[in-house]
Amino acid sequence: MDKILEVKDLHVNFATYNGTVQAIRGVNFDLSAGETLAIVGESGSGKSITVRSILQLLAKNADINKGTILYHGEDLLKKSKKEMDAIRGNKISMIFQDPMTSLDPTMTIGKQVAEPLLIHNKVSKKEALGRAEEVLRLVGIPNPKERMNDYPHQFSGGQRQRIVIAIAIVDYPEILIADEPTTALDVTVQAQIIDLLKELQQKIGTSIIFITHDLGVVAGIADRVAVMYAGKFVEYGSVDEIFYDPQHPYTWGLLDSMPTLDTSEEDHLNSIPGTPPNLLNPPKGDAFAPRNEYAMQIDLEEQPPFFKVSKTHYAATWLLHPDAPKVTPPKGIQKRFTKFKKLGDNI
Amino acid sequence: MAKYILKRILYLFLTLFIIATITFFLMKMLPGTPFSNQNRLSPEQLAIVKAQYGLDQPILIQYIRYIGGLFQGNLGTSFQFNNEPVTQLIGQRLAPSMQIGAQAMILGTILGILLGAIAAIRKNTWVDTLATFVSILGISIPSFVLAVLLQFYLAYKWHIYPVALWDNFQSSVLPTIALAALPLGNVARFMRTEMVDVLSSDYIELAKSKGNSEWQVVVKHALRNSLIPIVTIIGPMAVSTMTGSMVVENIFSIPGIGEQFVKSITTNDYPTIMGLTIFYSFLLILVFLVVDILYVLIDPRIRLGNGGNE
Repeated sequence: MDKILEVKDLHVNFATYNGTVQAIRGVNFDLSAGETLAIVGESGSGKSITVRSILQLLAKNADINKGTILYHGEDLLKKSKKEMDAIRGNKISMIFQDPMTSLDPTMTIGKQVAEPLLIHNKVSKKEALGRAEEVLRLVGIPNPKERMNDYPHQFSGGQRQRIVIAIAIVDYPEILIADEPTTALDVTVQAQIIDLLKELQQKIGTSIIFITHDLGVVAGIADRVAVMYAGKFVEYGSVDEIFYDPQHPYTWGLLDSMPTLDTSEEDHLNSIPGTPPNLLNPPKGDAFAPRNEYAMQIDLEEQPPFFKVSKTHYAATWLLHPDAPKVTPPKGIQKRFTKFKKLGDNI
Repeated sequence: MAKYILKRILYLFLTLFIIATITFFLMKMLPGTPFSNQNRLSPEQLAIVKAQYGLDQPILIQYIRYIGGLFQGNLGTSFQFNNEPVTQLIGQRLAPSMQIGAQAMILGTILGILLGAIAAIRKNTWVDTLATFVSILGISIPSFVLAVLLQFYLAYKWHIYPVALWDNFQSSVLPTIALAALPLGNVARFMRTEMVDVLSSDYIELAKSKGNSEWQVVVKHALRNSLIPIVTIIGPMAVSTMTGSMVVENIFSIPGIGEQFVKSITTNDYPTIMGLTIFYSFLLILVFLVVDILYVLIDPRIRLGNGGNE
């Protein structure tokens, strides 16, 4: 598969009154045409900042001080403002988290959806509006023709998120960045939006980077999953590998704190104790070590490199080092391992 | 909306009637009489003069007569200014006041919006500091001080504009600038605050993600959304600019309406006081109506009347 986006050794710092916050501390990933990559992690782990760096939609005090973001081999970080404007909304577009505040309250939705077309293409206003109407129908807004002249406040939350999606896809972007697009919606609407995204992906063949803290949502949409913690990826692999053969204790913690259909009344949901480290002074060793019941001495002293689990599956934990003692993961995770073996046998 | 505006205009007249009533009785409580040399008049002479102006009648009769005249559009004749009808008096003096007031409001508002917007876009730079400085100057320098300074430099020393009097557009420039400083400063401050807020909102980020340049984002999305609170302060400011221009009118010897108002109060010129009060009230209510209509034009979330059922 063609790699259309490669992020290499990305570092992002934020200048604050208290000092420099090292929000992203060396992130590497790539994206192939047509695939969906999910980035999961808790609040503040740097998921949003990672994807916003791609579009350079960061706050003014942010500084991408190291790394490259190659889009078809060209470094986006070296592009001028004007060149970036030409990429945003056209080649790479973004779906935002909160549909209630993401639409301009004083502009009709027809105009808002048509706007990217008018910016990037030489089309007449009429053509752009006609196309906007088509896309609104595509994302499931009933009576799009009549509703083009309505304002955001005349739509429900779910409908507004459909409109936000319509804006993002109207110019058939190559990459769609979805920054927690379902977090602000209730569960039934969440499922509809996920289905819509999958359907659109098939129709227009876009790649998706999907940011979420909800592993349940990931299972439904992603091809590959990256788990992020304290500004770094700690594990990445295919959906099955992350869900049924997780290697990093943090991934174990995340999966173990999620209810499944197998969760019975006797089981209790685990939580990960403690809080993430303060990235003003990132720890010397593995950032997760203080919360990790499997942590070893080396975790406190040296950051683990990525160990290869399979061709597509990597995890940054010293537990995978040949010299590391064998540990017994939590019961829920062991069940997952068993399932993974069965999956493997079936193939 | 037409129905709503019609209703508001009806209320306007009702309000004016109530204001006229209250003002009438309050005015009658003012000490003194309209007759400047009263103590030299004999009681007989005084009675004759009072009868001539209808002031010998009980207050209630005077009130009914006045209101009756009001319904026919008759504001009476002035006691002081050559027995001129009050409507004519207002008419003559209104034009200059309204002109410099309106010019000052338009100039101040437009420049204030620009200044505030630029300050917000260039937040925390020297541009922002300069804009804040200018707007604080505009708010804190009294208009008459500015008027005298403008008069001294631009008219007396450099002969760019006439020193005083009311002649052509040229003579309205200096009073307009003097009066524009306050609305400019106020609008700029509100605009900056609001724009900073709007620029950090989600829909502005989405607008950027569409590929809009920095200026396109401001013009297409930020400006209109920042204007909503500006409309609120413009209404009362417009009225105070148009009525509060008295001192400035005085400095530039402009035959405006503000000067007339003060004179009529000190001389107990009842018909003129009444006429001007009603006129100013009319202006104020009209401005509020215009402000409400402006809201609807700027913010689609606001609907007039019927709770949005129109």
